[in-house]
Amino acid sequence: MKLKGWKELEMGAVIPEAGNAAQYNTGSWRAFRPQWKEENCIQCLFCWIYCPDSSVTVSDGKRGDFDYEHCKGCGVCAHECPGKKGNKAIVMVEEGN
Amino acid sequence: MGKKLAITGNQAVAEAMKQINPDVCAAYPITPSTEIMQRFASFVSDGVVDTELVTVESEHSAMSACIGASAAGGRVMTATSSQGLALMWEMLHIAAGMRLPIAMALVNRALSAPINIHGDHSDGMGSRDCSWIQIYSENAQEAYDNIFQAVRIAEHEEIRLPAMVCMDGFIISHSIESMEFLPDEVVRDFIGEFKPTNPLLDVDKPVTYGPLVLPDYYIEFKKAQHEAIKRAKKVTLDVAKEFEKVSGRSYGLFESYRLDDAEIAIVVLNSAAGTAKDVVDAFRDKGIKVGLLKPRLFRPFPYEEVADALGSARVIGVFDRADSFGGFGPMYMEIASAMIASGSSPVMINRIYGLGGRDFMPEDAEAVIKELVEIADTGKATTLKEYIGVRE
Amino acid sequence: MSTPLRLKELSKKADLLTGGHRLCAGCGAPIAIRQVLLAAEVPLVASNATGCLEVSTTIYPYTAWKIPWIHTAFENAAATISGVEAMYKALKKKGRVDRKIKFIAFGGDGGTYDIGFQSLSGAMERRHDIVYICYDNGAYMNTGIQRSSATPLGANTTTCPAGSVIHGKQQPRKNLTKIMAAHNIPYAAQASPAHWRDLMTKVRKALDVDGPAFINILAPCNRGWRTPTHNAVELCRIAADTCFWPLYEYENGRLTINYKPKEKKPVTEFLKTQGRFKHLFSPDSQDLLKQAQENVDREWENLLREEACWREEAETKGEG
Repeated sequence: MKLKGWKELEMGAVIPEAGNAAQYNTGSWRAFRPQWKEENCIQCLFCWIYCPDSSVTVSDGKRGDFDYEHCKGCGVCAHECPGKKGNKAIVMVEEGN
Repeated sequence: MGKKLAITGNQAVAEAMKQINPDVCAAYPITPSTEIMQRFASFVSDGVVDTELVTVESEHSAMSACIGASAAGGRVMTATSSQGLALMWEMLHIAAGMRLPIAMALVNRALSAPINIHGDHSDGMGSRDCSWIQIYSENAQEAYDNIFQAVRIAEHEEIRLPAMVCMDGFIISHSIESMEFLPDEVVRDFIGEFKPTNPLLDVDKPVTYGPLVLPDYYIEFKKAQHEAIKRAKKVTLDVAKEFEKVSGRSYGLFESYRLDDAEIAIVVLNSAAGTAKDVVDAFRDKGIKVGLLKPRLFRPFPYEEVADALGSARVIGVFDRADSFGGFGPMYMEIASAMIASGSSPVMINRIYGLGGRDFMPEDAEAVIKELVEIADTGKATTLKEYIGVRE
Repeated sequence: MSTPLRLKELSKKADLLTGGHRLCAGCGAPIAIRQVLLAAEVPLVASNATGCLEVSTTIYPYTAWKIPWIHTAFENAAATISGVEAMYKALKKKGRVDRKIKFIAFGGDGGTYDIGFQSLSGAMERRHDIVYICYDNGAYMNTGIQRSSATPLGANTTTCPAGSVIHGKQQPRKNLTKIMAAHNIPYAAQASPAHWRDLMTKVRKALDVDGPAFINILAPCNRGWRTPTHNAVELCRIAADTCFWPLYEYENGRLTINYKPKEKKPVTEFLKTQGRFKHLFSPDSQDLLKQAQENVDREWENLLREEACWREEAETKGEG
């Protein structure tokens, strides 16, 4: 983002673009990456409700893949995932592997 | 012509607020400004105004609520004094940094310790660097008139900064003077409708107020703020011109009293200026060319104009009803800056008077002017800064 | 018709706190705040005390908030939102605003229990129509884990470090939820993001009442609690199961305990999960451990007794 000059700024440091933090990438923080194993997913959506970074995409009530632009790899989703028959639908793998 | 009434300074301000009918007031009692909000509260209770009055639990919360209310998108006013302003100090900067046009009556009172409830300018001067527009008033009439003008200046779209109107505690706030009121409709037309910018209550256009701004942008916002408050000088004059049209009373950046050919000048703020003017007259009668400058707009300070007005003076005595301990009085520093920047080098002395409400008597002004006459003769000042009216 | 409190339905709602904020990985606060925002069915305007949530969600020129939001200072989220709410009332009265809007304030425990305590108490007493949400992580985490009055007994923080003579914080925590309930406000509750449905039900009740409401939400901080990044939710669950963080609510003064563990676990089950309590398990800290259990037991028993009184009274009146 090009830095603006003082005349171009919104008065009083107000940010008029609601939710523009979505443009900021926090995915690079990750040391571990959650992987979704759809075959073990029971669509409980616990991963979605417990995600601190709004990084579990859900459309029409069904989960999709992770938003890796923002996921910081904390692993809460994998830890909370009940999985199917003892098999987790989310597993954490080391980045770069 | 509006009606004439004998009234206290506090009542005059409360009356002005009633005529403005702000959307929200948040206030906390403190002597000597209490009466303003107390009277205003009865206007609320009697349905004379439709203001939401928030009777907060501290001045810090008063200013915080004013900030919230102003950012929400409406006209906001409050009043305080002394420790109240001191407790608000953190929030004064925030109101200004967020560019919120809150108007406040400051009834000047000394700061503790020792605790003292009487008038001096330590509170207002202490908030000098908060980026509030500061307008000082000699008497109830000026305080009343300045409130309307402060609202206009603060809300001006090129400024959007908070403004405080100052008057001396007790000396003005509690003394009865005859003054003239404006008719309600004249006030209404003069101040106009409040125009919100980025109101929080526009839920369809959500905005964020008060983000963390790091070194990459902070100084740009401060530069914008500096430019905005600088513009307040011109806007103050424009607003005063308009105000004169509706009131017949004229205001400037300061008042010049017999300064045109003055070789000796004194600078006196607020109520003490009234006393000092009589003394100036007495010296003039004796053929001594003395004049007085009574600052009105203290922030932004009109350096060039002040230097111009004091241009003919070879000797200047600056009275301060506040002290910057270990330095010169705050008004002296401004006048000195103005003179030096203009390239003139009068001899300037600083006299600290009236702290904690100590009376300022004609003899006090007289003694200082006599000293100035001596300095004019010898070209030398022995003591640059000194307290006057103090027992040894 | 409100959205049913089922995840499938709730997931169709827009997230009002976006990703891209810069809270630590695995922080409990955004989990709680997302749930609060998802529960709301009316437009919200929020104020936020200075703290982790505030700084990390609004680093200029970015904001993670999709609702109108204001941060002014540390000690005054309640006073600030009081002003916003007062302006809403004023403009509504004058016909310049017509929407139904609700007002919410967020603060960490430092900004709520300590420095913001006075302004919170004032706002509650003035009966503003606001909801104050405290996300309680038990210390000043934003400045680097200093003790607050919400820090649990025995915890190791940077200003009450576990030393060889003094073993962490020597005082029990302030019971803020009870203090808020003592303001006789229409709604006060304690919640945790692990129990998301309970939390969201509480938020809805808080938003529904006409007048002030307070909800205290446990929000684990892995930096301060010295825990891994993945178990914030699990820690909340253990906190409720040990009754370290009981889930209850006061509705117009009447207490209901919303979660009673089938088997109340010893508080050590909670304490042992966190590095900040590690020193308590050495032989010379046994007194503190004992005290910690006694404190939890006393609070829990008091809650049970108080709830029983209310139940009895209702039964006498024939309300069931």
